[in-house]
Order: sequence, then structure tokens, then C-alpha cells
Amino acid sequence: MPQERLYRTEAIVLRQTDFGEADRILSLLTPRGKFSAIAKGVRRPTSRKAGHLELFARTNLLVARGRNLDIITQAEASEAFESLKTDLLRFTYACYAAELIERLAQEEEDDGGALFELLLGLLRWLERERDPAVGLRHFELRLLDGAGYAPQLFTCVSCAKAITEQVNYFSAEQGGLLCTECGASAAGVRAVSVNAQKVLRYLQKREVVEVRALWLAPATHAEVESVLLDYIEHVLEREVKSATFLRRLRLDLQRLAAGEQSSASVERPKT
Amino acid sequence: MSATPKSVQRLIDALGRLPGVGPKTASRLTYYLLRAGAAETEALAEALSQLHKSTVLCSVCCNISEQDPCEVCSDAARDHETLCVVEAPLDVLAIEQTGQFKGLYHVLHGHISPMERVGPDELRMRELVRRVEGGQVREVIVATNPTLEGDATAMYLSRLLEPYGVLISRLALGLPRGGDLEYADRVTLAEALSGRRKL
Repeated sequence: MPQERLYRTEAIVLRQTDFGEADRILSLLTPRGKFSAIAKGVRRPTSRKAGHLELFARTNLLVARGRNLDIITQAEASEAFESLKTDLLRFTYACYAAELIERLAQEEEDDGGALFELLLGLLRWLERERDPAVGLRHFELRLLDGAGYAPQLFTCVSCAKAITEQVNYFSAEQGGLLCTECGASAAGVRAVSVNAQKVLRYLQKREVVEVRALWLAPATHAEVESVLLDYIEHVLEREVKSATFLRRLRLDLQRLAAGEQSSASVERPKT
Repeated sequence: MSATPKSVQRLIDALGRLPGVGPKTASRLTYYLLRAGAAETEALAEALSQLHKSTVLCSVCCNISEQDPCEVCSDAARDHETLCVVEAPLDVLAIEQTGQFKGLYHVLHGHISPMERVGPDELRMRELVRRVEGGQVREVIVATNPTLEGDATAMYLSRLLEPYGVLISRLALGLPRGGDLEYADRVTLAEALSGRRKL
């Protein structure tokens, strides 16, 4: 971050934490990296900034350097993602993306704006595309790539031979695919179908605009999602909270759609 | 060696754990209490020790109360057909102060937050469904905060309560009293426009 007392930056709000009487500490992703700043008085209804600093909003900020935390003095939203307000799944996807960035990106590490563009691309995808989840898979692979954890999908991570078109194995621990010979005897690996391998490779190499035309069969998508989540949780060495939430939400929405009662309304006390 | 006696340091540490209280404020408060005399500290200690002993969660609305069911829930003069769903006990207080609402409340104790792994099961939604299932409720007013998490919570609630055929409404969103149109953000202004009223 620059050394002037006051500076301008664009940002996307990743996380908000209530602080003090009416303040919030915001975790922000900017084109120059991730950092935290305090927004004073934004929990009051008359705050002039509050509406411009909503979660996942793209906003232009004027920030004053503070002793510990920088202070947001002005904010003007430039892009709002309305569908996150009306679609629970899309909202949860955005939370998942923000959680991954929070965990994987280093504080104040300038990456030339790649991460900012990546998240912006995903939020726009969630806003516009019919199948929001494909964008999320692309985001995951690109994020891993940027953080230096790109899974190796073209050559075997053990014997370095080219991966051929057949069922191969994925090792989260070794960070990529294993060929049939190496994978068959290895522990902690999972078989991956040919289709899922193709999708992973395709998503890893393409830009977001190219991926738009991609349609995935539900079974293939579920496989890709599960391979990536296993790998991400291995890299992070912890559970991704939003993913756990997402699994439960999907079940709940399915039940609600089927006209059954949600898990929130089970067991009635016997009177 | 520390210049602070152990029992003083203990209180400083305890106060320092309160939200919004830093080490400096904690020591100031502690030394104030030392000067204030035994009567005041005894009264404070008594109030603190009673805090958990004499409060319960109302088994109907999940608000914090001294009796179960709470005063609001057991008040026959109130409208038992209208429920106002809020995130926190303090929100009940805020709505009570308007003097405009005569129905009952339901406190969720939080909002949906995937990043903190707070979902429907961590909130008091099961209790709410049970109340609506009871059949007496005709309208549920969702008064969660006008934030993205508050929206998500409201959305989930409306899906959850849909099968019971009750009227589900949300507090109006728009311009704050004493605010300035010039500083309104696009989203709020759009909501104010679409929610405009006939004069």
C-alpha cells in the first residue's frame, strides 16, 4: 500500500466483522492485494457509507492510513450483485469464494490485480449465468494456480509419464493425477473418470469467457467438485466452512422443493 | 516482577475480555472500582452473579427473560397471530420502543453465515416452525438486518414457512430519516423507489 496519508482504491468486501459501538472491520480485496480496514459508524441506519460497503459489493474507497487499521473515509459502490440477495445458493457460492481467498491469499501481497479480477469475474458469473457452479470450479482452479498449488493434471505426479485417456487416480497429498500403474498401489488416492479429468484440464487452461459455453452432466460436475474440494481442504489443512454449509443447504432446498418439511422442523416434542 | 497486585490484574484481564474494551480501558475501569468503594463493587458483583442465574430463554420466542414464557409471550392483550422475527434480543427492544408493534416476537440469535458455519440448525428456526405449525399464527414479519446475511436469512425463512400458508412480510427498505438523498447508494435508492407510497 502507498505511503500517502490518504489513498484511493477499488475493493470488494470479503468479510465484515462488527466492532465497537457501531463500526465494522472489513476484509477487502483490492487490485493491490487483500487488507483490512475499519469503517466507522456503518451500523447506524443514517451512515452515508453503509450501503456502499455491503458484502461482495465492488466499491471505490478513499482510505486514510491509521495507526493499526486504515480507516475508510468515503465509499461509493460501483457494481452491486443483486442476485446474491435473492438466490441463497449463489449467495453461498460467493461466501465460499470469499472464504477461499481469505484463507489462501496473503495479507497485503500485491499480485498485480489477478485475484481481484478473478473474484470480480466470478461475481459477474454468479450474477448472469444460468449454471453458477461451473464458474466456481473455474475459480477454484485459477485460485489454486495463483497461490502456487495448481494440481498437476497432464503428467503423473509420481513417474512423470504423460497421463493417458483412461480412468486415473487423483492424490490430494501429491497434488495431481497418478497414472494407472502408480495409482493402483498408492494409498489415499481416488479414481477419477475420463470425463472429470477432461473437465479439470479444460477449466485449468481456459479464461472465464471460454468456459461459459461449457455444460456439465450433473454426475461429472459432482465428481469434479468433490475432487477439488478434497484437494483444497488438503492444501488449507482445514475444513472449508462454507462448503459444509453448502452441502446442508442443498439437502434442505431439495427437501423443501419436494414439499417435505426441512430438517429444521423435525422431531416435535411429545406432549 | 509486576507492580500490579494479582487480584487487581485478575479483574483487568476479565474486563479486557469484554467486547470493545482494550487493556487501557480495562485498567481504568478496575482502578475506578478500587476507588469507588466496597458498596458499589458488591452491587456490581451481585448483578453479575444474578445475570445467568435469574434469566432463562423463553421457550416460546427464545428471547432472554426472567420468566418462561416471557412477559411478552404470556401477555393476553397482545396479538398472538402476528410474529416478528428478529436476529437478536436487542432488536426486540428496538421494535418495542417504536410502540407500533403489538404482536409477538421470535429471536433467531444470529443470521445465516456460511463463512462462520452458522446455518438454520444453529439458529432458532426449528422453534419458529413449530410455532407456525401450531396454526395460530397468520403473519410472520421478517425483521432481519438489511444486510446480505439478513437477506439470506429472510430468503431461507420464506422458503421454510411457505408450506404453512401464512403471510410472510419483510420490513420496508429505503431511505433513513434524517438521511441525505445525495449520499444514498444505488441499491437503497432503488429499493426506496420500488417501495414508494402514495401520498
